[in-house]
Amino acid sequence: MAAATTPVLNASPATGLHSFVRRLRSGDEIAHLVTLCVASAVIVITSLIVYELWLNSSLTRHKFGWHFLFTRVWDPIAEQFGALPFIYGTIVTATVALLIAVPLGIGAAIFLAELAPPTLSDGLTFVIDLLAAVPSVIYGLLGIFILVPLLRQYVEPFLMGALGFLPLFRGPAYGVGFLAAGVILAVMVIPFIISVSREVLLSVPRDQREAALALGATRWETTWKVVVPFARTGILGSIFLALARALGETMAVTMVIGNTPHVSASLLASGYTIAAVIANEFSEATSNMHLNALMELALVLFLLTFTLNGLARIMIVLTSQRGSGTGDA
Amino acid sequence: MKLRWRKFVSATMLTLTGVCAVISVSLLFFILGYLVYHGGRSLSWDFFTKLPAPVGETGGGMANAIVGSGKLLLLASLIGVPIGFLGGIYLAEFGGTSMAFAVRYTADLLNGVPSIVIGIFAYTVAVLPFKHFSTVAGSLALGVMMIPITMRSTEEFLRAVPRTLREGALALGASKTRTIASVVVPAAYRGIMTAVLLALARVAGETAPLLFTSFNNAFWSPGWGQPAASLPVMIFTYAIAPYDDWHRQAWAAGLVLLGLVLLINVISRLALARGISAPRA
Repeated sequence: MAAATTPVLNASPATGLHSFVRRLRSGDEIAHLVTLCVASAVIVITSLIVYELWLNSSLTRHKFGWHFLFTRVWDPIAEQFGALPFIYGTIVTATVALLIAVPLGIGAAIFLAELAPPTLSDGLTFVIDLLAAVPSVIYGLLGIFILVPLLRQYVEPFLMGALGFLPLFRGPAYGVGFLAAGVILAVMVIPFIISVSREVLLSVPRDQREAALALGATRWETTWKVVVPFARTGILGSIFLALARALGETMAVTMVIGNTPHVSASLLASGYTIAAVIANEFSEATSNMHLNALMELALVLFLLTFTLNGLARIMIVLTSQRGSGTGDA
Repeated sequence: MKLRWRKFVSATMLTLTGVCAVISVSLLFFILGYLVYHGGRSLSWDFFTKLPAPVGETGGGMANAIVGSGKLLLLASLIGVPIGFLGGIYLAEFGGTSMAFAVRYTADLLNGVPSIVIGIFAYTVAVLPFKHFSTVAGSLALGVMMIPITMRSTEEFLRAVPRTLREGALALGASKTRTIASVVVPAAYRGIMTAVLLALARVAGETAPLLFTSFNNAFWSPGWGQPAASLPVMIFTYAIAPYDDWHRQAWAAGLVLLGLVLLINVISRLALARGISAPRA
């Protein structure tokens, strides 16, 4: 970095300005500065997102305060806005999705990381990666025309018959609703759980497995009691990633959830999510108050996914460091 | 007896994990199968050459949406790729400081921001001041989504370039900038190209950020400053409409979109796999 490293013609004491100019001439400093400026664009953009959302939601933040998050009424005409039905719907659909996707995803990840021969594992992982690339509007399309009729005709009547004593499975079977949205979301987040968990499981040092097997543990006991606990933090991280994605998913949910702002205990009832209400109402919102309410919803969604993602990244990094650290020892 | 039980549990649970894997993998084939079955029947030459038919009439196509998607993706790449690429160079070559850590972490978080929130951001920046929807606004939303993906994968591929190549160039007297430009980047060129393609495939299917940026249009959208149709938004609009003929069109559009996205994915991933397995030295 010091100017002395470059051959200097006149040995007169170079002022700070001179040495800076000299470093600029060599080009490296320019390249450093230019790429630094460009790279910091992500920080600028992220801050701008927060700033714009904060600024543009000032009306509702001042009028409703924290009550915004706990009020059930959503009436754009009377300018009464409460986010509770949307927050509730977002949490319920994401929970249903995780209940389906986590066992399935972790099971598949265990198979791919521990059991399948490398060629098969790579081939299947390739397919899983393709599954992750399917656009969400395509899931919505299949949801409307395949999943919803299926739920309405077969699955929901069955659930009402078998488990109808629970408030979870009451009411008419419309097909659209929390259950449909949860199932679609589950399919969408499974690839994320599988690919991240597989990576994490593969990073568990070999000697952990060998030690357990040598002690007489069966293959499953080795996996479940040694390998999975070792990778626990990373797997939890993959679930957080999936949760963040499920919370923010828009199109597929909008197309199958029914879009009614109700808080209902039944999974078969139709509902609404934060992302879905923004997608449906944003371009039609006429009053400033309505726009501000939607912006505040977006802010809530942003903060929620931002926190979850931040935690998930830290957890995944921690696990892989632990894996490599022990491997070296 | 106890051992036999433990072995039984082991075999059962391991089989179950296999079942989980089979279910997950077969999902893709279900999706593909349904789209080929429903979309294939509705796909015709008209789909690629004609404008959407007015409500109530059958026929028509989505030529404007295909062109609209193309324009959106082109402009989005012009925004996202240079920023992502240069940022990736910073992270891989000049980074290593706390600033690089901050950039890397923020990029990962930006990657996880729901696309609808990015759409609102583009709306406040590029729609609100001009008071009308436009291709530019849609491209801005998609471009912003491309930045973190391109940046992180560029970094990854640059890091994979062997240290010896760099040292060779530096030993010959090249400056650091020269080394990066003529040795490191060309060596990682292929990986970076595939990363850009994958980023493009990812945003090609995005619908949510376009809903209130480029909006929709039943006609051609000349220039860059007007609302424009795009394939994903068309699929959404047509699928939730109550007309059977529109549903057919939605399936056809779905098949085209999915085909495009999967094709880019397969080609770039295969090219990448071959590039990495080829001997480097």
